[in-house]
Amino acid sequence: MAEAVILRRKFSAKDLAIQALFLAVIVVIVAEAVSSARTNLAEMGLSSGLAFLDRATGWSYSFSLIDHSIDDSYRKTLFIGFLNTLFLGLVSIVLATVLGFAVGTARDANNIAVRSSATIFIQLFRNIPLILQLVFWYAVLIHMPGPRQAMSIADAIFISNRGVMVPGLTIPTVAGIGLTIFAVVAGVLIARLSALRTSLKLLIWLAAVAALTLLLWVTLAPEGAGLVSAPELKGLRFVGGLPLPIEFVAMVIGITLYGAAYIAEVVRGGLQEVPKGLIEAGRALGLQEGMIWFKIKMPMTLRTIIPPLGNQWVFLMKATTIGVAIGFSDLFMIVSTSITQSGQTLELIGILMAAFILINFTLAQLVNLLNARLRLKGH
Amino acid sequence: MTDIAAAPPSTVGTASHWLKKHAFSSLPASIATVLFFALLLYIAYLVFDWAVIGAVWSAENADQCPTAHGACWSVIDARYRLILFGLYPYDLHWRSTLACVAIILTVILSCIPLFWSLKRLALLWVVGFGAYYLLMEGGPIGLQEVTTDQWGGLSLTLFLFSSVVLIGMPMGLGLALARRSKLPVISYGVSILIDFIRSLPLLTTLFTAAVVVPILLPDWLHGDKIWRVIIAFALFFACYQAEVFRGGFQAIPRGQFEAGQALGLHFWQILGRIVLPQVFRHSLPGTINMVVVTFKETAIVIIIGFFEILASANAAFGTGEWAPYYIEVYVFVGLIYWIFIFSLSQYGEYLKRRMSVAKR
Repeated sequence: MAEAVILRRKFSAKDLAIQALFLAVIVVIVAEAVSSARTNLAEMGLSSGLAFLDRATGWSYSFSLIDHSIDDSYRKTLFIGFLNTLFLGLVSIVLATVLGFAVGTARDANNIAVRSSATIFIQLFRNIPLILQLVFWYAVLIHMPGPRQAMSIADAIFISNRGVMVPGLTIPTVAGIGLTIFAVVAGVLIARLSALRTSLKLLIWLAAVAALTLLLWVTLAPEGAGLVSAPELKGLRFVGGLPLPIEFVAMVIGITLYGAAYIAEVVRGGLQEVPKGLIEAGRALGLQEGMIWFKIKMPMTLRTIIPPLGNQWVFLMKATTIGVAIGFSDLFMIVSTSITQSGQTLELIGILMAAFILINFTLAQLVNLLNARLRLKGH
Repeated sequence: MTDIAAAPPSTVGTASHWLKKHAFSSLPASIATVLFFALLLYIAYLVFDWAVIGAVWSAENADQCPTAHGACWSVIDARYRLILFGLYPYDLHWRSTLACVAIILTVILSCIPLFWSLKRLALLWVVGFGAYYLLMEGGPIGLQEVTTDQWGGLSLTLFLFSSVVLIGMPMGLGLALARRSKLPVISYGVSILIDFIRSLPLLTTLFTAAVVVPILLPDWLHGDKIWRVIIAFALFFACYQAEVFRGGFQAIPRGQFEAGQALGLHFWQILGRIVLPQVFRHSLPGTINMVVVTFKETAIVIIIGFFEILASANAAFGTGEWAPYYIEVYVFVGLIYWIFIFSLSQYGEYLKRRMSVAKR
């Protein structure tokens, strides 16, 4: 009763009626959608539910970090797609951020030649749709010579129409991913030990990563294999090393260049906001330009650009979906193939949406955390 | 001696001063200047050599292409109609051309401050879009009818772009107003919708509209696939645009609303006469950014099976004889996109600068 009185005091009858109508319309739309879905699915002879997840798929796809076969269940295949999306997204985000910071710094440089090069880079890659850039890189890679005439860089990296072969550790892929995660987590943890000097921190981190690498090599690498294997041409194909399929390489190149152009603009915006007085103070103290960048410009810039930078990361993560245009098996491609093959449209779209909401939410939390840590104390 | 004294004193001095400051301030800076300019010149030379000096230009000379060391523009000469107009009937390409001109004119005219009022912009876009639609479709004005499934190439890209902006803009304003509503059911409901759409990739939204919506709707509501996709795209546009408008609303002090109430104006009068004109001005740079993004993103409809300019480009070199010249086709399409997007975003930058000066 009391609540009703408060409601009545706060809203007029008209306001309540409008809200009730709004709710009623939503309820009618949902009910209508559910009943239509029932009749339409019944006509197609499909049963809804998640039982199909345990069925074998019977089809294959281009890229996976772990072993896969056509006998895998839908559950495992979808999980592989999710991993592929995360992997491609993270690799591209890291590369685009590094390149973006470099180009953004160049864009803000005093030197006219450096600045114009950066401007040309940004204007070129930002003003052409990402998907056009992707199909372009894919077409370029697919027109590369075959493995026998592969282009080689220092006899270590080979580029052919089968993919890019790079030297790699001999440990299994899953162990390699574990190692990378360990390196990142250890790096974050060690960086937080504020008592130590930076050089000592770096040393500890390197030692820890090297120790784990050796341990993995001793326990998991095949008998007699060296720590690193380089790709070698044997007959018609390459053996050893780490093969990167052209779909993956084209995606990484495309997203990295496009993302870097956007991130560079964000970085430039941040650099321009750094108060002039601070930079002049640094010069007055006799700091080199490099030190001014490291100790004054970057800390100040990072504080202002984390939110827009986070937006770019989220955008790049979502952009992985257009990999389907060149046949990269990300989550979207796996889901759309699954829909064609199994007909479980509603369930699969639900899974796709849930996965992206999860990714977005996690990234947003990470960005908030980063933002909170980098904020000036007392602000 | 007097001659020298009378010569304009500053230009040479400032130019060399400027060069010294921005190009040769120190030894490393001078080396960087020379290296970077050498690299830029070299790339420019390579591009020029490929695109102009060594290029084959006309379709009749296509037989020279395999031996030429430059670009084979013959493929563009032979196939530009396919790239621009898709599968539109060949004899009626003049209609496609006029329709594209109508849309481009609409966009250009929208950039002129003379048209910056709600009524004029709405009228301009409805007229421009109407002209496009009537020319392309033909039926209603007594020309030969051409259905949407025959539209393609650049004209389809422009169609998607303009209809998304035309439908999405009022939708975005509606969503922004609803999100600011003092009625909690409506503002929460709309907030959830906006955040939901914004957290999904555009491709997922469009795919849902193309594939899933037919399952959820009764038969009579299905409509054309192209309209379902356009409405979903417009919803995506509207959810982002609503946030742009929200920023504009936040820039308006509450006092203005209260002043309107004190004058005895209605809610809608205050909104239409006082608040909205300022909101539009404040959100102009963000809006232009959204329009640019929308134009770029139209390219992904190729994935759900529309024959827009990227698809028609793929078709242009898809047949055997032109297959080796894919780079030329992509460069041509990239250039079309680049010109549109570069000019629009430069215009946005210009407005942003002008507005920040005006604020000071």
